[in-house]
Amino acid sequence: MSEAADRVQAPFGTREVTISGTEEIGPYRVFSCADADGPQPAAGQFYMLASSERWGGGCDERPYLPRAISVLAAADRQLSFVLEAVGPGTERLAELELGDGLRLLGPLGNGFTAPQAGVRAILCGGGIGVAPLAMLQQELIAQGHEVTALLGFRDSEHAAGAEFLEAAQVATDDGSVGQAGLVTELLLAELDRDANAVIYSCGPPQMLDAIRAISTASGVPAQLALEAPMACGYGACYGCVVKTADGSFRRSCVDGPVVAADELAADWLTVGGGG
Amino acid sequence: MTIDLCGIELAHPVINGSGTFDVIAARRVFGDCVDREFPFAAFVSKTITLEPRLGNPPPRLFETAAGMINSIGLPNRGLAGYIEHDLPDLATLPVPVITNVMGSNADEVGQLLEAIDGRDEVAAIELNVSCPNVKTGLDIGSDPAELTKLLAAVRGKTAKPLIVKLTPNTANVALVAAAAEAAGADAVSLINTLKAFAADPARPGQAWLGGGGGGQSGPAIRAVALAQTCAVAAAIALPIVAMGGITSAANARQFLDAGALVIAVGTESFRDPMSAAKIRDGLAGRV
Repeated sequence: MSEAADRVQAPFGTREVTISGTEEIGPYRVFSCADADGPQPAAGQFYMLASSERWGGGCDERPYLPRAISVLAAADRQLSFVLEAVGPGTERLAELELGDGLRLLGPLGNGFTAPQAGVRAILCGGGIGVAPLAMLQQELIAQGHEVTALLGFRDSEHAAGAEFLEAAQVATDDGSVGQAGLVTELLLAELDRDANAVIYSCGPPQMLDAIRAISTASGVPAQLALEAPMACGYGACYGCVVKTADGSFRRSCVDGPVVAADELAADWLTVGGGG
Repeated sequence: MTIDLCGIELAHPVINGSGTFDVIAARRVFGDCVDREFPFAAFVSKTITLEPRLGNPPPRLFETAAGMINSIGLPNRGLAGYIEHDLPDLATLPVPVITNVMGSNADEVGQLLEAIDGRDEVAAIELNVSCPNVKTGLDIGSDPAELTKLLAAVRGKTAKPLIVKLTPNTANVALVAAAAEAAGADAVSLINTLKAFAADPARPGQAWLGGGGGGQSGPAIRAVALAQTCAVAAAIALPIVAMGGITSAANARQFLDAGALVIAVGTESFRDPMSAAKIRDGLAGRV
């Protein structure tokens, strides 16, 4: 308590804000809100979000729990988020219109750590994982770091997500935009060119695991922003754990969502049941 | 107007359910205001076992209609780790600390009670009896005779108030509560989570949760909790700490009207860490 906080701390309790802007970008929904009472978050931090009205009553009478969503941008006490509607929670959040109420808790989690001066940042993400990387790119550019952005998407529709970052090289599974193949191929080419770098990644778990393996093989450090289902976001429920290299379980909300690749267990992706 | 829960003075009737609020993590996330605006009248620790436990492999959560199923697996540092690392941090809270413990037999429970009995930082002990008997496979707390045997062996190990946390997964919770009362419990708390199964949508018949089975919590179980609270209140004279899907002061009032002295907020704290404070204020007419 008397020690310095290891993160941007959140106000204690949820607060009600109002949707001040919405936008469709490809399959993604972007929405903004004025957050007069909240602190400026760091890139990689997230918020627990729920609509103020009608949270519940969707598919299977869900959602019930709030959803952990990375912050896309924050300036002048305005927060922006981006999501893709893939389940009852994100579907409801994607319905929010101008003037609707949003209940939020945050900022939560630890955020990314900037590279040392003179070390290049390679941002390597996929799909909806562009959100924290977009904010990180802006922070690192403002601090004078060299930043390379590599993004992977399923198809041309989802590749609209490349708009969130500046000057991103793109790979798509179907080859409809950018290079045909996986974003990890772009990453290997960049590391061949210059490996004096730190990799920052957010995206599907399989992609994060591939980047973990590249980091291990190349010795280039990687910071991975994990996504795990969580009930609370503040360390209470112990639901969002990931297996670490020492065989224990770490809460990705309070001891993440950003973890160093070499801290994860080799089988972190497959451990457990239903996945 | 304070409340006397078997000798512990509480400023109001709202505490937390064991394992649903982590003070140490909350201070990292929210800072000093956790202590300044602490929502609970007492703090109940997560379940402490004799040896450290890692907990279950993920996934550990499954969202349901009006609630969730968890299979966390009681991760904790073990008794020695709790006393060395957690208790000093909990001791600075502005409210009494209740330590929740679980053992798989009378010897383990006895060791836990003896060790906690010597700690001035702890005001009371809550005994989690939702633990399978290794020989019968039945939860100790689901069988009045098993619970009687356990309490007879361990009750003398502590002079601190002993709250027995009842399981709802039993044929007749009132009989179990009566057994707890007869064997020297100072209070009972109920309900723990209801046994539940989360089916994996992608693998028919298979469990979604890494630990296999799980426990249902949230508003989905509130009516069950209220029925069990009524049944227990009719059967025993001990103070009752009631919980199960409480999300509002109106819900809380129903449990108090059913005979509870104190109510606990659990899963609703996941949705908002200050929900217990709102319920407290609502009960006091300060809405």
